[in-house]
Amino acid sequence: MDKRSQETKLSRVEVEHIAELAKLSLTDAEKERFREQLSAILEYAEMLQCLDTEAIPPTATVLPLQNVMVADEVRPSFSREDVLANAPQAEDGCFKVQAILE
Amino acid sequence: MKLHELTIHEAQELLRKGEISAVELTQAVIDRIVEVDNQVKAYLTVTPESALDQAQEADDRIVAWRKNPANPLDPLTGIPLAIKDVICTAGVPTTCGSRILENFIPPYDATVIEHLRQQGAVILGKTNMDEFAMGSSTENSGFFSTRNPWDLSRVPGGSSGGSAAALAADECLGALGSDTGGSVRQPAALCGVVGLKPTYGRVSRYGLVAFASSLDQIGPFGKDVTDCAIMLQAIAHYDPRDSTSVDVPAPNYAQALAPDIRGMRVGVPSEYFVEGMQPAVETAVRAAINTMAALGAEVDEVSLPHTEYSLPAYYLIAPAEASANLARYDGVKYGYSRPEVEDVWDAYRQTRQKGLGPEVKRRIMLGTYALSAGYYDAYYLKAQKVRTLIKRDFDEAFRKFDVLVAPTSPTVAFKIGEKVDDPLQMYLSDVFTLSLNLAGICGISIPCGFADGLPVGLQVMGDAFAEEAVLRLAYAYEQATGWHLKKPRL
Repeated sequence: MDKRSQETKLSRVEVEHIAELAKLSLTDAEKERFREQLSAILEYAEMLQCLDTEAIPPTATVLPLQNVMVADEVRPSFSREDVLANAPQAEDGCFKVQAILE
Repeated sequence: MKLHELTIHEAQELLRKGEISAVELTQAVIDRIVEVDNQVKAYLTVTPESALDQAQEADDRIVAWRKNPANPLDPLTGIPLAIKDVICTAGVPTTCGSRILENFIPPYDATVIEHLRQQGAVILGKTNMDEFAMGSSTENSGFFSTRNPWDLSRVPGGSSGGSAAALAADECLGALGSDTGGSVRQPAALCGVVGLKPTYGRVSRYGLVAFASSLDQIGPFGKDVTDCAIMLQAIAHYDPRDSTSVDVPAPNYAQALAPDIRGMRVGVPSEYFVEGMQPAVETAVRAAINTMAALGAEVDEVSLPHTEYSLPAYYLIAPAEASANLARYDGVKYGYSRPEVEDVWDAYRQTRQKGLGPEVKRRIMLGTYALSAGYYDAYYLKAQKVRTLIKRDFDEAFRKFDVLVAPTSPTVAFKIGEKVDDPLQMYLSDVFTLSLNLAGICGISIPCGFADGLPVGLQVMGDAFAEEAVLRLAYAYEQATGWHLKKPRL
């Protein structure tokens, strides 16, 4: 393995940082496995760097669309009952979540 | 004739003539599911009672049509179909192959399901898939692995492996899947059926649970090209509820099914015949190309120079979009939840940790990294620029050619368990299919022979909204060869 690939490898701290951004409480075994596997995938992706894309615009969507507007008018919607039917916890017609403020 | 072995167009003919009823047909397919699905394991949910009710309604429509033939009978009336479990069906669980959505019951039908119901189609149930459509073998299902009907020790491909396997095993007459990087075409190839990925924007994504929104597209599976065209016709409509649905009227795809391809310009991209491809796959595909030339197509080589960059670009773009789309699974609005945890952030972390499987977490991690501060330009933005180069390659090729042909997958169906511990090897299974999603163009996989008794798929690629050209070549080749008539022995 050359020096460049070594540098690309993710550290344990980086894996933990990404997991926190993604809100995943990974086990120690997962952290190590993902560190290895994601490093290998990112090393493979390094090949993109050899293409000169300085003058190339990015493609976010293949469609020539800009904004798609809909008329601002009242239309039928799902009932509150339907929307809450899948909720793990509901109360008084609302989704119930843990307190976020003291 | 066994009813479950019928194609859609054959069944349609018999239903019209009154030789069979939709109830008889549906019962025969349900019996087939009972007979073989304990081996194939293609379905996550089967809804026999509701299927028979829908079949009875279809029979009523057929009776009404016979009394008044002025009102045309829709081609899918009374036809039993299977639906990938990533497409919302009102009142029927839609799990996306994930434990986190194990108990999710959508309050609405996806637009494609509405179209099928309007036609009087019969929905048999929901098929297994890689969790959230992430995978190439259906082994990433949170529930169980589906098996390839041609060899039960092998994978059916993925992520729409349940739909492809159900169709190959005659457990339905047609099926819907979704294709983000090859998830319709690759399992179609590995199971020996026909699978089509429409142009991005051709079919509404409303009610398709999102994986990578700029790449996802719903596509049909058929036992032959004609059935695939019938299914596409049913679902190819503009939908104002999907802002990426394109308002272009669908042509009559059946008219494209002419066996004459004389003068059709067929390009063979040299970059799709690479080292690492199974030799017997190349042999079958080369033979298919010779057949097309013999049928009068003008075959020539073409170069798509950025092909090798498709895989790394895809595996940055798709996970990046997925990491954003899957942020919604937090255990609040639906799905698995750990609300007993005191802290709200801990509830999110533990819900996602317990509810999501390894490949989904891997891609969320990869995508989050590619989008994170300091890495966005080097990975995500770079991949988007390379996407432009890949699209330009295709634009250039379609100036000279009507369609391009290549293998669908570099190998035939592999053994269950063979690639589960090596994500990069698994990703290589999609190396010939994902560039079409990056470019937003259409493609079909059709059977073109066998290697060691396992089906080989031929991919026909067309420009955006060139489904007719793709179907025409596929149909002519199919009619000249007949590979689609072979069935696995179960």
